[in-house]
Amino acid sequence: MKTFNYHSPKDVKTASKLSSTSSIFLAGGMTSIPSMKLGLATYKDVIDIKNIKKLSGIKVSGNSVTIGATTKHAEVASSKEIQKKIPSLSKLAGGIGDAQVRNRGTVGGSIANNDPSACYPSACMALNAIIHTNNRKIEAKNFFKDMFETVLKKGELIEAVEFKIPEKSNYQKHPNPASRYAIVGIYLAKHKKEVNVAVTGAKSVVYIDKDLSKALSSSFFSSAIEGMELDSSEMNSDIHASADYRASLVVTYAKKAVEAC
Amino acid sequence: MASLVGSRVERKEDKRLLTGKGRYTADINIANQTYAVFVRSPHARAKIKKIDISKALKASGVVEILTGEEIAADKIGGLIAGWAIRSEDGSEMKVPANPPLAKDSANFVGEPIAVVFAESLDEAKAAVDLVKVDYKVLKGVINTAEAMKGETIHDGIDKNLCYDWLLGDRKAVEDAFAKADKIIKVDLINNRCVPNAMEPRACVVDYNTASEEITLYTTSQNPHLSRLIMSAFGGVAPENKLRVVAPDVGGGFGSKINVYNEEIVCSWASKKIERPIKWVAERTESFLTDTHGRDHVTHAELAVTNDGKFLAFKNETIANLGAYARVFGTVTPTYLFGPCATGVYIIPAAYTNVKAVYTNTAPVDAYRGAGRPEATYTIERLVEKAALELGIDRTEIRMRNFPTEFPFKQTLVHTVDSGDYVAGLKKAKEMSDYAGFEVRRKKSEANGKLRGIGVSSYFEACGIAPSAVVMSLGCGVGLWESSEVRFNPTGQVSVYTGAHSHGQGHDTTFAQIAADELGVGLDVVDVVHGDTDKGTFGMGTYGSRSLAVGGIAIVNACRKIVAKGKRVAAKMLEVNEDEIDFKDGEFVVVKSNKKKTISEVAFACYLPGSRDSDFKSPLPEGEEPGLIETSFFDPSNFSFPAGSHIAEVEIDPETGEIKVEKYTAVDDFGKIVNPLVVEGQVHGGIAQGIGQALHENTKYDETGQLITASYMDYTIPRADNFPEFNLGFTCTHATSNPLGVKGCGEAGAIASPPTIMNAVIDALGGQEITMPATAEKVWKACKTMKKSNTKAA
Repeated sequence: MKTFNYHSPKDVKTASKLSSTSSIFLAGGMTSIPSMKLGLATYKDVIDIKNIKKLSGIKVSGNSVTIGATTKHAEVASSKEIQKKIPSLSKLAGGIGDAQVRNRGTVGGSIANNDPSACYPSACMALNAIIHTNNRKIEAKNFFKDMFETVLKKGELIEAVEFKIPEKSNYQKHPNPASRYAIVGIYLAKHKKEVNVAVTGAKSVVYIDKDLSKALSSSFFSSAIEGMELDSSEMNSDIHASADYRASLVVTYAKKAVEAC
Repeated sequence: MASLVGSRVERKEDKRLLTGKGRYTADINIANQTYAVFVRSPHARAKIKKIDISKALKASGVVEILTGEEIAADKIGGLIAGWAIRSEDGSEMKVPANPPLAKDSANFVGEPIAVVFAESLDEAKAAVDLVKVDYKVLKGVINTAEAMKGETIHDGIDKNLCYDWLLGDRKAVEDAFAKADKIIKVDLINNRCVPNAMEPRACVVDYNTASEEITLYTTSQNPHLSRLIMSAFGGVAPENKLRVVAPDVGGGFGSKINVYNEEIVCSWASKKIERPIKWVAERTESFLTDTHGRDHVTHAELAVTNDGKFLAFKNETIANLGAYARVFGTVTPTYLFGPCATGVYIIPAAYTNVKAVYTNTAPVDAYRGAGRPEATYTIERLVEKAALELGIDRTEIRMRNFPTEFPFKQTLVHTVDSGDYVAGLKKAKEMSDYAGFEVRRKKSEANGKLRGIGVSSYFEACGIAPSAVVMSLGCGVGLWESSEVRFNPTGQVSVYTGAHSHGQGHDTTFAQIAADELGVGLDVVDVVHGDTDKGTFGMGTYGSRSLAVGGIAIVNACRKIVAKGKRVAAKMLEVNEDEIDFKDGEFVVVKSNKKKTISEVAFACYLPGSRDSDFKSPLPEGEEPGLIETSFFDPSNFSFPAGSHIAEVEIDPETGEIKVEKYTAVDDFGKIVNPLVVEGQVHGGIAQGIGQALHENTKYDETGQLITASYMDYTIPRADNFPEFNLGFTCTHATSNPLGVKGCGEAGAIASPPTIMNAVIDALGGQEITMPATAEKVWKACKTMKKSNTKAA
């Protein structure tokens, strides 16, 4: 690992000021540290945001659950309040990585990194989340741009993620057998007016599958999507899963998610 | 006194290892040490035109940079193939030179080209990036089946062929095939596996400028053998000036048998730069450069009668050696493979033909089971298919062809001393509720799942020795094992063994053996291994040989101790030797019941003489003082564990995911020293075999880049991939050693791949599928099955 300056600011403003084109915000470090160790990324400044108190914590209101950016997966998994309001979100957090990862990794880190096979982005999309930054509020559908790319600007820091509480929801993932990242992850949420089927792992960036969402909006039964064949042309293809296989898994896991609701 | 041999003694070493107090090579630091980082070939095949180290030499902290030029100039030898195998036409095998640092050409990704020594690891790494190697990249030969058609990798080795080996009688086989009712055929790929020891390879070298002795701490399964090879072939130092220490070693699975480039280079360089050197592999280096396992392409046929009798067997295999032939590289696909390929069956005629090829991939060598998993996979896939095609129950067809009398002269090489294959399979059927399978299959079907059952019966030749046999087959050394037992004056026993424990539990099991033989408590026995300065000599641990060879050397050394003790006790008790019995640690005069404990006798051996009336310990005339004995054991035969495993899998046809629902293993390991340790070995073996069958996919792309070089892409099975293993044992004693023991370390990895694959293929209605049977492959097979079912309907 190349040497770097380590900063540990106590407030968001200082953190933001420290940032530059050759800096990184460090939360759990579950991706950034391995990347630095492997020499895939080098930074002049590493700005550790874990000591900024206001970035961590869980707040529940009437129609939403707001999770601070540096809240760890293990905290989301074990939160009684989230388990009550959006149990699928706790389930998603409890299925990320292993115990060590869940005790370090954070929701803000996961979203800012926007790994195409990360779990959290699908929850953001399905649960119509609003991403609160130090400058603005961004709707999830406008947040994730492309593989490892979001609309965040230099110095912009995620403070919290606000998830809308759905009527019903479920998360299902087909894990990569080696890394246990999602080869395909389906976050299904039934809101009052719509059904969202958010898909991670299948394409270069998380998306809402319109066909599945539409079919399930009309009839919230797995039979409504049984036998549906999705266009696989934009899907990822690698040594773990071909595009066709992924396309099939999306439907299969969407069915499982409906059945589990 | 209750016998310790046979009891479930908890592992003595676990407390130390599980509380982080193990001392591994990477834990060792020597004052003033430098850090080594290797410059490795990024290409699978390339000519090395020029190496420019000038910029790197000037970098911060760099002590020295060495290349293949220097190592060649110092006449340091290369890595070796330990077995000489002859082709069918009588010609000698073709082996390329394998210098520790490649000088003219690089032949696999990761091959060391140069080495940087620096004051810190970071500085060494930074300097490696500044070494400029000018390569002429050539087209690599990657694919096993196509290797003979590729460009010649090594000058003078036509078709990239190391040897074209035959075991058996082609004519007898063809004659038998002509009379067969049916011929069963399979085309198989035995997938390449990366051994993945938890501890990556490492070495720390300390050259003493005063004594001119090199001490090499290294991750080895066989420190004595490593010293021998480095001294005899590497020319690094004479054996008396080279001490090799393999402290705690975190797993080997065969990958730590070889002496590797890094150990030779660092040992040589430490003397050259007169500084200690430390090198620790990163995980990716382990993936790229540890010897890999398996990688066979096989076409095999079995000639059968309509009532399921086996008449003849043929096996045509291409085995991938990787870029170079290493210590067990050439014997693994020949004598460790061919003889076992006829399995546990009476098959009157058989042959195995193996073409071993070089490719631009990591060298392939022994990996848990070495040759025998490949053999068992071949015959057991054939037998299962024969049962299906003939409409005979899979267990019944096996029973019909099992030998029932022992010794059993197996078709090709071995005379199996003992076994009861029928009893093993019967027990496995009972324990797995084989009869109830169809009910479970229907239940799975009702849930939309496909359930399959698979059986595999195996035997294997392990306890690798006997020297007379292995040397006649081409082994470069004898494979005996030695032990020294020291009975200290104050009553403790130190047992020195040439075997090496890197997970096997020798601290416990060897202590059990010695404690029983000497009639002392387990707490006073210490097992010492892993240091060429401690104990006699040894060939190390692989091929399930530690107990059946090394353990017996301990027994024999202990028996020499008792024999001497008896002579001394007779003098002390003033009777003749034949009036004394040794039992439970006491020398007892049968008539008078007067006795001396073995500790008293040991004390007397070190303090011969009389001081007053209370202290009399005379040694018999001509007897030397001391109580230390050595034994070299070389058995008359291999040991032949055997057994039958039965697995049930359930497939979700929508996702292709396989769940191993039940796994039953019934093994015959002869006399069992410690059931707890044996069960651990069987669990580990089965897990590793299931890994090969369902998960582990070593993938090189067409240019020879290993694209599964990390745990992000290479699937190691985890606990949640397995059911609880249901283990049973039958026991027929080995006749080739006094304890009646057989090896157990590799059996699980030998039996489980065909057991699992037979179950998967059964679930898929007989549709063939290659290992690893990953979810996508199975999903595709399920789609094909659905289509053909729809057509049939």
